[in-house]
Amino acid sequence: MSNAVTPAPAAAKQESGGALSFYGVWLIAAAALVVLPLIFSSGGSLTSFSLIGIAIIFALSYNILLGQTGLLSFGHAVQYGLGGFLAVHAMNTVASHNWPIPLPVIPLMGGIGGMAFALVVGWVMTKRAGTVFAMISLGIGELVASSSLILRSAFGGESGITTDRTNLMPLFGWTFGPQIQVYYLIAFWVMVSAIAMYALTRTPLGRICNAVRDNPERVEFIGYDPHVVRYLAYMFAGFFAGIAGGIAAINFEIANSAYLGATQSGLVLFSAFIGGTAYFFGPILGAILVTYLQLGLTNVTSVWQLYFGIIFIAIVMFAPGGIAGILMKHRPLIRAGTLGTVIPSYLVAAIPTLALALGIILTIETVARFSGGDAINLLGIPFVATAPTTWAAAAVLVVGGFLVARITWRRVAEAWDRAATVARDRGYLA
Amino acid sequence: MTAAIEVNAVEKSFGNVAIIRDLNLSVAKGERHAIIGPNGAGKSTTFNLISGYIKPTSGEIRLNGEVTSGLRPFEINRRGLSRSFQVTNVFARMTVWENVRCAVLWATGHRYAFWKNVDNLPEVKQRTAEILDDIHLSHRRDVPAGLLTYAEQRELEIGITIAGGASVIMLDEPTAGMSHAETERAVALIRRLTEGRTLVIVEHDMSVVFGLADRISVLVYGHIIASGTPEEIRGNPKVKEAYLGEEVD
Repeated sequence: MSNAVTPAPAAAKQESGGALSFYGVWLIAAAALVVLPLIFSSGGSLTSFSLIGIAIIFALSYNILLGQTGLLSFGHAVQYGLGGFLAVHAMNTVASHNWPIPLPVIPLMGGIGGMAFALVVGWVMTKRAGTVFAMISLGIGELVASSSLILRSAFGGESGITTDRTNLMPLFGWTFGPQIQVYYLIAFWVMVSAIAMYALTRTPLGRICNAVRDNPERVEFIGYDPHVVRYLAYMFAGFFAGIAGGIAAINFEIANSAYLGATQSGLVLFSAFIGGTAYFFGPILGAILVTYLQLGLTNVTSVWQLYFGIIFIAIVMFAPGGIAGILMKHRPLIRAGTLGTVIPSYLVAAIPTLALALGIILTIETVARFSGGDAINLLGIPFVATAPTTWAAAAVLVVGGFLVARITWRRVAEAWDRAATVARDRGYLA
Repeated sequence: MTAAIEVNAVEKSFGNVAIIRDLNLSVAKGERHAIIGPNGAGKSTTFNLISGYIKPTSGEIRLNGEVTSGLRPFEINRRGLSRSFQVTNVFARMTVWENVRCAVLWATGHRYAFWKNVDNLPEVKQRTAEILDDIHLSHRRDVPAGLLTYAEQRELEIGITIAGGASVIMLDEPTAGMSHAETERAVALIRRLTEGRTLVIVEHDMSVVFGLADRISVLVYGHIIASGTPEEIRGNPKVKEAYLGEEVD
């Protein structure tokens, strides 16, 4: 499976044009961030974009651990949350003393908070990778989350600590009261953080992080202490998670124990994994999708977490490389010009697969709403959860969809193999 | 002149079982030294002890005169000793180029730097290119190491080992599992790349051992029973009895 995604030497030689397209990508991203709120200017979209921005920084920071260094953390929200709390305290302190510190600097305080915590606990945590690290991160996460409810002066108990972002000095006439101004503050930090985190992967430390991920044992025999490498990675991850938390605090004007909890830690793992941890941009896609799903699904179904679980399982089982992995698998085919031979099989497979998906959704909703609830509205057709016709429709869609889909999936695999063989012959695939 | 490697009365026990008993070994600077012995004699354990992978129960190991027993592998590596592994041990998801480059980074002084662009380090680039050239893998530079053929992975293993410019190179069965032609190629490669350095090699292929080594030590049951030039080893009755038998005659 993995050998299908490997660009061969011939394909990878095109480096000269690489620099231009590389900077092009960042410029387009920056331009998109500037233009987006002009196109989608409703309050709802601005709120969504702001949440997505926060999620992007958070997921990218998580991938410094998981994708880059091979550290599976179940407690990444700790740094995010502590960054948020520190930012709120910083805002309140700055406002009460009337210090001339503008709001856009505040996320940096969050970053320092996240990094400081990583500095203190990180050395012990990163002594080992693997299960040991995962378990300690889970423990620390629960420890801090429960402490936040007990230590009321610092964390404000259940209600958390509130702040007012407009109390800080205005910057160029911006008070950061309106959401659009907050959006641009977030967009600025998304760009800065993403560039910084990408740059980090291109440094000697960033490369050694990958080596530690692949083979920590061997790293010791080329002069590096994998413990130090993991510790440094953990601090950088903590720093950027803290920035994300600081921005969240600005956006919501509150920090509470929910910032630090296991749900938040799970969500960022989910985003990074769905997006794909093997590529830098993977977690960005994951953060966008998961935030949108979270916002969208909660409006249409009460069991949205169930769908999250199904998506997660499906990705783990069928596309462990995540969305980015699926996309990048097609790159050698595009270069070899054989993508066109695969597309028709995709289109054919899409129909029964969609039927199968609808059948699963209908089944889930039927079960969820059997003992009361609104009628199920699927593609504009109302279904009643207690009606046997609904059950029959669900059964037909699931069973029929699966049987037909299985055939078309096989066709996809065959078409894919043919296209890959051609790509290999043309030197675009190793 | 101090020896490159000196092992003095080293013991290693796992529980009650002594794997290495009273091990004494001296490898002069610039020497090509082979360690041979039957399966289970403790050759790999000896490698692991010298390179810091495991710590001796008692005794002392010196590298260029400095005591290194008890140090971690990366500390020993920084003092100028680099080793390869019997089972291929590369960075599977990284490209050939990146594998070698990682092995160059510490030695060129870039350490844990997070403020330098790794692609803009001319001496790193040049050295990596040279190593790739040396191990004949330049044409495979962008292929993930996990996708190389077995023989290529063995060559990359050697490349990673020598990339840091260590003065003492230890190779653990570099030709294991190779065909005859591949072995010949690998031996020529090893001979060329370890020119002017100290080489310690564990090898089962006797033609490789006798063709390459200046001196040979014979390890049996965790103890060195003989150490000398190939001729001396060939003529040593204890060695014949314990290990070589008809293979040498």
